[in-house]
Amino acid sequence: MNDKVLIHVEGLQKEFAKGEVKALQNVDADIHQGEVVVVIGPSGSGKSTFLRCLNLLELPTGGSIYFNDVDITDKSVDINLHRRKMGMVFQHFNLFPHMTILGNMTLAPIKLLGKSKAEAEEKAMELLTRVGLADRANAYPSQLSGGQKQRIAIVRALCMEPDVMLFDEPTSALDPEMVGEVLEVMKELAHEGMTMVVVTHEMGFAREVGDRVIFMADGMIVEEGTPEEIFTAPKQARTKEFLAKVL
Amino acid sequence: MFEALDSLWAGLVEDFYTCFIEKNRWKYLVTGLENTLLITFFALLIGVVIGIVISIVRSTYAKNYQEMKPGFGKKVMAVANWFCGVYLTVIRGTPVVVQLMIIYYCVFVSSSNGILIGAVSFGINSGAYVAEIFRSGIMSIDNGQFEAGRSLGFNYVQTLRYIVLPQAFKNVLPSLANEFIVLLKETSVAGYVAVRDLTKGGDIIRGATYQTFMPLLAVALIYLILVMFFTRLVNILERRLRTGER
Ligand SMILES: Nc1ncnc2c1ncn2[C@@H]1O[C@H](COP(=O)(O)OP(=O)(O)OP(=O)(O)O)[C@@H](O)[C@H]1O
Ligand SMILES: [Mg+2]
Repeated sequence: MNDKVLIHVEGLQKEFAKGEVKALQNVDADIHQGEVVVVIGPSGSGKSTFLRCLNLLELPTGGSIYFNDVDITDKSVDINLHRRKMGMVFQHFNLFPHMTILGNMTLAPIKLLGKSKAEAEEKAMELLTRVGLADRANAYPSQLSGGQKQRIAIVRALCMEPDVMLFDEPTSALDPEMVGEVLEVMKELAHEGMTMVVVTHEMGFAREVGDRVIFMADGMIVEEGTPEEIFTAPKQARTKEFLAKVL
Repeated sequence: MFEALDSLWAGLVEDFYTCFIEKNRWKYLVTGLENTLLITFFALLIGVVIGIVISIVRSTYAKNYQEMKPGFGKKVMAVANWFCGVYLTVIRGTPVVVQLMIIYYCVFVSSSNGILIGAVSFGINSGAYVAEIFRSGIMSIDNGQFEAGRSLGFNYVQTLRYIVLPQAFKNVLPSLANEFIVLLKETSVAGYVAVRDLTKGGDIIRGATYQTFMPLLAVALIYLILVMFFTRLVNILERRLRTGER
């Protein structure tokens, strides 16, 4: 971790249903380069909304998001260029079912970065080898287990060589015995210095891998600190209450 | 009793001879059938092209207009979407025969290429319905597919092209095949503007022989057999797609 702020969030607001649902209320946050930030909080507290605002999958209704010092909420910014540098992993994998694993991984590098097929496949195979799935390169997503699918989803995002990886409950849709293999990949990624923002209910992961934990409730950041601070000495009543339930 | 049957049978044979064998009149039906199939095929082709373009414009507008950068592109988008809306309203709000006559008498004034006129008229008509088929096909794809595409950095149209449409196309193949069958029957009004399709072929025989029953029965039978044949193909296709689903 160093001091460079990769993502700077300022006064972020998101309203749904014409203002009836305030999913985010004035959220400020900094994500530093190389940092692993874990976002926790009760259901409906706005964790997903916060994460999805970071790459504008949700359009904020207020505030700004600076990514590499560019305000990506500015209408004149081409968000597609910035999204290439922000990998995202979804709860339900969202692999492309009509393509092989290799096809899934090379589509964006070939079409968006102009890489040759050979070049893109070489990179993809290297990543597949690292997550132990090189032998499934020509399989289709439906032929894989949930844990394998999620590992593929992670390396598919990595093929774009992103500056940051966003994870929205990457293990929540998995059978318990497959959670470990996915967390293992994420752990390695963290050790390699990848900047990560992870929404998760895996408190063990938050504790072990997280550099910083953000606790959200009611669309606001209630408390943040090191895992040590949050898990052993939470200051806010809401945090204590939540942790008492999940730990 | 037997004599009555015999004379009825002899009458039928004679009618059959007059309608189809004499002066090689069966050729009217064969060329008519050829033309009907050609018109239907090319009309569907035109319809698919129009349908894809329209469904892309309309779904892009619906999903993206809000967040588009202000400027020329956004204006073009608004105008294109408006045009598509007008097209759909007009095509679905007027009878196909009227559309056919307008194209024949007002657009193709100097052309007598029946197949071209038929294919263009029915293609333009079919495009409106194919657009609906594709729109529902696009909507049937899980939103997560869009999000995965967008999160990799694809813009909306690229996401449609590489990720959504290939999947949607597979889903709508049976509906497209059904549209072909519908079109096959709809083209039977092409004779209104002197296009020599199957129905017109039967009509020409009727006019030449003053026989009504035989030629119309033959025409009806040919349509029925075609429709049954293509319906079977669609069913097989549907089953294949379902078992081929991964
Ligand atoms: N598309 C939407 N339309 C309307 N309301 C929404 C939409 N998405 C989220 N919300 C609302 O915004 C609030 C925050 O939702 P969000 O999904 O960010 O919560 P979360 O913390 O991720 O919850 P969970 O742990 O259940 O995933 C909730 O009240 C939710 O109902
Ligand atoms: Mg969520």
